[in-house]
Amino acid sequence: MLRFILRRILLILPVLIGMTIIMFVIARVLPGDPVGLAAGPNATRAEIEALAREFGLDQPLWVQYWTYLSGLVQGDFGTSLFSRRPVATDLAAYLPATLELVFSALLLAIVVGIPAGLMAAVWRNKWPDYLSNILSVAAISMPRFFLGLLLQLCFAMWLMWLPLGGRFPIIFDPPPGVTGFYTIDSILAGDWESFWTAMRYLALPAIAMSLSPLATILRMMRASTIEVMHQDYVTTARALGLSPRLIVFKYVLRNAISASLTVIGLYFGWLLGGTVLVETVFDWPGIGLYATSAIVSQDFMPVVSVALVIGVLFVTANIVIDVLYGLINPKVRYQ
Amino acid sequence: MTDVSQDSRRSARAEASRRAFYRFRQSRLSMVGATMVAVVLFFTLFGNLLAPYPEHVRGGLNTAERFQAPSLAHPFGTNELGQDVLSLVMAGTPVSVAAGFAVVLIGTVLGVVVGALAGFNGGWIDDVLMRFSDLMLTIPSLILAMAVAAALGPGFVNMIIAIALSWWPGYARLVRGEVLQAREEVYVAAARAIGASPARVLFRHILPNIVSPIIVKMSLDMGFAILTVAALGFIGIGVRPPTPEWGTLLSIARNYMPDFWWTAVFPGLAMFLAVFGFNLLGDGLRDVLDPRARR
Repeated sequence: MLRFILRRILLILPVLIGMTIIMFVIARVLPGDPVGLAAGPNATRAEIEALAREFGLDQPLWVQYWTYLSGLVQGDFGTSLFSRRPVATDLAAYLPATLELVFSALLLAIVVGIPAGLMAAVWRNKWPDYLSNILSVAAISMPRFFLGLLLQLCFAMWLMWLPLGGRFPIIFDPPPGVTGFYTIDSILAGDWESFWTAMRYLALPAIAMSLSPLATILRMMRASTIEVMHQDYVTTARALGLSPRLIVFKYVLRNAISASLTVIGLYFGWLLGGTVLVETVFDWPGIGLYATSAIVSQDFMPVVSVALVIGVLFVTANIVIDVLYGLINPKVRYQ
Repeated sequence: MTDVSQDSRRSARAEASRRAFYRFRQSRLSMVGATMVAVVLFFTLFGNLLAPYPEHVRGGLNTAERFQAPSLAHPFGTNELGQDVLSLVMAGTPVSVAAGFAVVLIGTVLGVVVGALAGFNGGWIDDVLMRFSDLMLTIPSLILAMAVAAALGPGFVNMIIAIALSWWPGYARLVRGEVLQAREEVYVAAARAIGASPARVLFRHILPNIVSPIIVKMSLDMGFAILTVAALGFIGIGVRPPTPEWGTLLSIARNYMPDFWWTAVFPGLAMFLAVFGFNLLGDGLRDVLDPRARR
């Protein structure tokens, strides 16, 4: 098992290097005027020349790439013109908020999507199945940012049940940082009031994020359940006279879930990508909002760095899923 | 002799397409999707002509009628510039549909070329091309498009290029798999035995036989392409005003909620319905054209 995990980790090294090459091409080769872009719209000629020398843009491309890569390895993502701070510092500050949002949305999608998919499969071709089919296509078609706006309009502006945006009231101190997740931190501190506040702020963005993956997990779960229910061992169990409930929960569920697991891994990346939109709608202070505000102020390095970080997170998540898959299904380990 | 065989082949083909169409009509949701797509395409062609206030589409404003609630004169109300929201939504249809279609088309062409080269040649070409497209797939497409669009600068064409660059790897994978399968078929061996050149085998024999999964993926992707275009508009790196684009309209209208909700809700609804239609149609097409996915 250890060898299996180590091999997976070694396999991502070329992927990481490839990713830095893509980002380098986007950052330095694609724009017609990389220095001007990095210096910002209001830079003087002298500033631009100084920056060109600093970046080493008179050097050949591979030397530039090497400088960029060794900077990255030392945690140097460049400097943000907007916050005047190293991008790495900003990323470290904003990343926990994004992860908290993404994990909550994923959790919500799994907790609702798996049972719903199972039910749709059990009631196949009856009205709950048709209803869930229409609703899931609708959910996939719903733009996340529009859904976010509608939720804001209903629950924050008209009904005033939940806060409009942000992550925590500005006038209060957030719970002491251990994990950076406000919900978990407040539980660790035993501060239930903060926990409730953090949950209220988290609710709308998490729902807006989770709807589309929820629908996909539901459809995937439905399909794999139907497939499993046609297996011989299910027929045998039925012939033996076991109750339908026992068959579904003891024999079908476990096998159907392991097939859905891969989709969940893929959706993690999709969620990370979509976080940009939802964070913008809800002013959620994560790396997505950081990237969009950087775009608006024509601040380029944060955008590229956020893309890189999200790519790395996605690859890591897939490794974790691979390992989990290996734990559940021993056949995978030895291939 | 040749007449008869051609006749029977033609009638067999007609029979097959009649059956496919029958199966398609049997699914009510696909018909709903097809109708919705027909409406979207209608507005794509005629949205600009039918807009009740064409001068607003061109960027004209009417400050006397700012933020009017929906009424008979302005069914969708007016926005912060006094422009008729219905006209903007109608004129936004061709922008979104054209951009979405361009993205899917460029992505498909690139993906088919890469996938066919990889699958047909095999060996190191296959390895290099596929590792590269796997790499592109590891960065979520919206984020990649965002970074590229930020590097290229805003604008309609740059936005399409940015999204299409993140779009092709999915097609490359699909086409490679299909080509690998088709390469082993008897008709390919037959064509080779007659002495057909590799290019002829690929373009005349293999590609026409793998068209249907590509079309299914294109129709399923159309909705997502429209969503991505709108998303970039919403972030502020897509189409610039005064060109009316649904995502851009929504991002401006966001500032005037909740009092002037109609400026945001109607462009958003148009977006949702267009994507919904394409997704229903794509699901229906997949059930008809791809027997493996039929439930």
